[in-house]
Amino acid sequence: MSRIALAVVTVVLLAAIPGYLSDYSLGLMIGLVTYVTLASAWALFSGHTRYVSLATVAFYGSGAYTVAVLNESLPYPLVLLCAGLIGFLLALIVGLSTLRLAGIYFVIFSFGLAELIRQLITWYEVNVTGTLGRYIFLDVTARGIYWQMLALAVFTIGLSAWIGRHRLGLALKVIGDDEMVAAHSGIDLSRTKLIAFTLSSTIITLAGAIASPRWTYVEPSLVFNPTVSFLTVIMALLGGANRLWGPLMGAVPLFLLFEWLSVSFPDTYPVILGLMFIAVVFLFPQGLLSSAEAFRNRLKGGTA
Amino acid sequence: MTRMTRRKAMTALACATAIGFSFASSAAVAAEPPIKIGYAVAKTGANATGAGITTIPNYQLWVKEVNQAGGLTMPDGKKRMIEVVEYDDRSSNEDLVRAIERLASQDKVDFILPPWGTGPNLAIAPLMDRFGYPQLAVTSVTDKAPEFAARWKRSYWMLGGGHDYAVGLANVLKAAKAAGTINNKIAMVSVADGFGIDLVKGARPAFKDAGFEVAYDKTYPLGTSDFAALMNEAKKSGADSFVAFSYPPDSFGMTKTAQSIGFNPKVFYVGVGGAFPIFPKVSDGKAEGVMSIGGVDASSPAIQDYFKRHTASAGAPPDSWASAITYASLQMLQQAVQRVGLDHAKLANEFSTSSFDTIIGPVKLKDNQLRDLWWVGQWQGNAFKGLDPAGKTGAVPAVIPKPTW
Amino acid sequence: MTTLILGLVLGGTYALLALGLTIQYGIARIMNLAYGEITLAAAFVLVFLFQAAGISPLAAILLVGPLGYAIGWALYAVMMRPLVARSGGGSRLEVDSILATFGLLFVIQGLLLMVFGSNFTSIAYLDQGISVFGVTVALNRLLAFAVCVIAGGALTLAISRSRWGLVMRAVALTPSSAPLVGIDVNRVARQAFALGSALAAIGGTSVAMYQTFSATDGVVFTMKALVIVIMGGVGNVPGVLVAGFALGLVETFVATMIDPGLTLAATFAIFLGVLLWRPQGIFGRRA
Repeated sequence: MSRIALAVVTVVLLAAIPGYLSDYSLGLMIGLVTYVTLASAWALFSGHTRYVSLATVAFYGSGAYTVAVLNESLPYPLVLLCAGLIGFLLALIVGLSTLRLAGIYFVIFSFGLAELIRQLITWYEVNVTGTLGRYIFLDVTARGIYWQMLALAVFTIGLSAWIGRHRLGLALKVIGDDEMVAAHSGIDLSRTKLIAFTLSSTIITLAGAIASPRWTYVEPSLVFNPTVSFLTVIMALLGGANRLWGPLMGAVPLFLLFEWLSVSFPDTYPVILGLMFIAVVFLFPQGLLSSAEAFRNRLKGGTA
Repeated sequence: MTRMTRRKAMTALACATAIGFSFASSAAVAAEPPIKIGYAVAKTGANATGAGITTIPNYQLWVKEVNQAGGLTMPDGKKRMIEVVEYDDRSSNEDLVRAIERLASQDKVDFILPPWGTGPNLAIAPLMDRFGYPQLAVTSVTDKAPEFAARWKRSYWMLGGGHDYAVGLANVLKAAKAAGTINNKIAMVSVADGFGIDLVKGARPAFKDAGFEVAYDKTYPLGTSDFAALMNEAKKSGADSFVAFSYPPDSFGMTKTAQSIGFNPKVFYVGVGGAFPIFPKVSDGKAEGVMSIGGVDASSPAIQDYFKRHTASAGAPPDSWASAITYASLQMLQQAVQRVGLDHAKLANEFSTSSFDTIIGPVKLKDNQLRDLWWVGQWQGNAFKGLDPAGKTGAVPAVIPKPTW
Repeated sequence: MTTLILGLVLGGTYALLALGLTIQYGIARIMNLAYGEITLAAAFVLVFLFQAAGISPLAAILLVGPLGYAIGWALYAVMMRPLVARSGGGSRLEVDSILATFGLLFVIQGLLLMVFGSNFTSIAYLDQGISVFGVTVALNRLLAFAVCVIAGGALTLAISRSRWGLVMRAVALTPSSAPLVGIDVNRVARQAFALGSALAAIGGTSVAMYQTFSATDGVVFTMKALVIVIMGGVGNVPGVLVAGFALGLVETFVATMIDPGLTLAATFAIFLGVLLWRPQGIFGRRA
């Protein structure tokens, strides 16, 4: 119970801080919350099932693009609803066709998917509508974006917590351990995976839709930037993708570190980033949380 | 002054008494606080190439020159050195927006120089407007410039729109057709990107009005690396004029492919990249007669001198389209600061209403836009010279047909 | 006819790019996302040798190839080996290698940017046209095509006929049981990874001859190579050749007959289609 109270207090505090922040700090908080959302949503599906998806930006970008297309013809809440719906349908189609792919094939497929969607949107815009590059002129302030994104992040983590305690979470874990065992114990493999994938993807799409008013100008080559997918993965893995708070624990330090690096070392940034990436893979194979736990256990073992 | 050892300082003091007032005034200069100028441009990612050719070398050249001359002159005649705050936007608009917020609210810089590219400039325009910074959006090509200039009062659009470039090209081709040097067919390809689409949308009606038939009209995706099929089709179309609204790697690829398959149209026009200093090398020394976007008045001593200084500073000559204009925008800033200081409202008013003396000649913005630009240029001799508008100072007549490769 | 020849030549350059990756991934089991960066680094080195030292690109290939081998060897020994040891042959290795080489991608790209800058680089070498059955093709493209056919053919032969090839195949098929028959899996995997890097470097040198490139282009090469590797069947050298040619033909066909705007979309659509219906590749080995 005290945990829930703590969480509520934290969220209230987080919601109240924009009034005390400079524009830059607020921008930083938006980025931070966005990546917490993305990493948590990613882990919702991939953390338990161990299907490493690189399709994050396919959904994130679709969300942003939906807003760009619809922002002048529909009121904002409806635009968000549409974005969510599109993400949901897209995830359903993709999920139905691909979730039987295993291991590396799924990884590569999810990477290719983002490219394909980008190419198709480009072709459609060029040949059918004749405009490429759309503008988002919405009266959404940075604070508004922050609050929406915060709400989405809270919802995502709440959903993960809820799923973790129910049948679906258990089923996902069994699938992650061994699909054969899962099938034999009566779990409907494809249905379980599809539900988790669709939930995760819809949230990611919404995150893209919420973040997009900050960019004003949207073009497929700008919104389908594969780095987003990779950053999400590495953040979730750093924290520990199969734990509730893992993605958050990975996203917060990494995001701040990236920002600090790019501000302090604008010229050598990619090299340092790359080395960091490699270091994460080598040093925290199970994620920060597990490493911390193992360390604590060792300490405990020492005293006992 | 801060790094001087005590003995050097003593010597300086001794000198000061000897030289008297002249030194005293320059000592006062050193005491002025520096002016902070910030920018966030792409050093990595997809935009790094464009920014690395057009934007960053000019910023560096200008800052170096200003500081060597003792800094920016303020209205009261005092000089203040420039201190640069720079960030890498990693070619991501999200990072760019955050960097601008940081420059404005954390670093509190005195002035923000724009990023490279149309999309990035649009992404920061609302922010710059909210913070009140004037935005000299040099490297943005957009037909909606008038609309944007009206929406963000302190934004300045200095590279025209796709429509302008298309109409300029149509004028050049129309004249050649009237003279009977080329037939009425055009083969046109364009990159599937905001820029390519803007140009092609302007070009289709412009060519039609000029009495041309577009015999081949195709779009190719961004990132295409092989143009053999495309160029073969264009060659077969029977057009005397080949027009590509392309990005640098594509412009280069098409030129090489045209050379290797022996495609020799009378007019060979490529998009961005055609005016880059590397182009003569890409075309294996056969750039003569190739047309592209932009151009410079190669006979102008100011431009010649600028090319020399740029080469000395960056190790390569500037590109002949947006580079000179980027540098000119910095000169505008320099002169505006000298006239009205650093107050943003006054600077904005100065940019909108006054005229400036720059390397591209006298500049006066109309409705916050620079309209006195080169729309079409051509490689002649070792320079990429402006063709259209034909009435502009320094314009040269077009060489058509282009010599064979 | 034109479409056919242009398509085959284009396909040859594609297949050459993919040869190294299929060996790295098929035999050493490393999904190398920094593959394109290695290709690009080789291209830069070639240009540097050509412009600064005046070494002819053809001679430079002989230099760059072994250099690629050495770098691949070192990379495997330092970076990949611990990951392989840790995974114990499980599927963890795939994920780990993707993440680690993604880091490597940034490191190499950053170094290239620091050393060579962000400018476009290009040399003109062997780009005069040659008539092949009445179709004009650039000589450097033909060269890439020839290198691809020779290297691919030799590899195919070596893998299917020689003892070395047998060992390679054994490791590719069942890395866990290969030690039982006295094969040093670590050594073979290292060799394969190094060989793959050497092929990547050779691919890069041919890229330098026919294309303008910049330090940020590596991902493009990796993606193209990956598509071909998956289509051809992982670790399957003849499969890669056929898939490369097929892709070249499809792109050229789509560009001439349908719409150049759809070439990349067509590539990815075919790729995803293959993944869905035949994940082992069109020419995948019989499991």
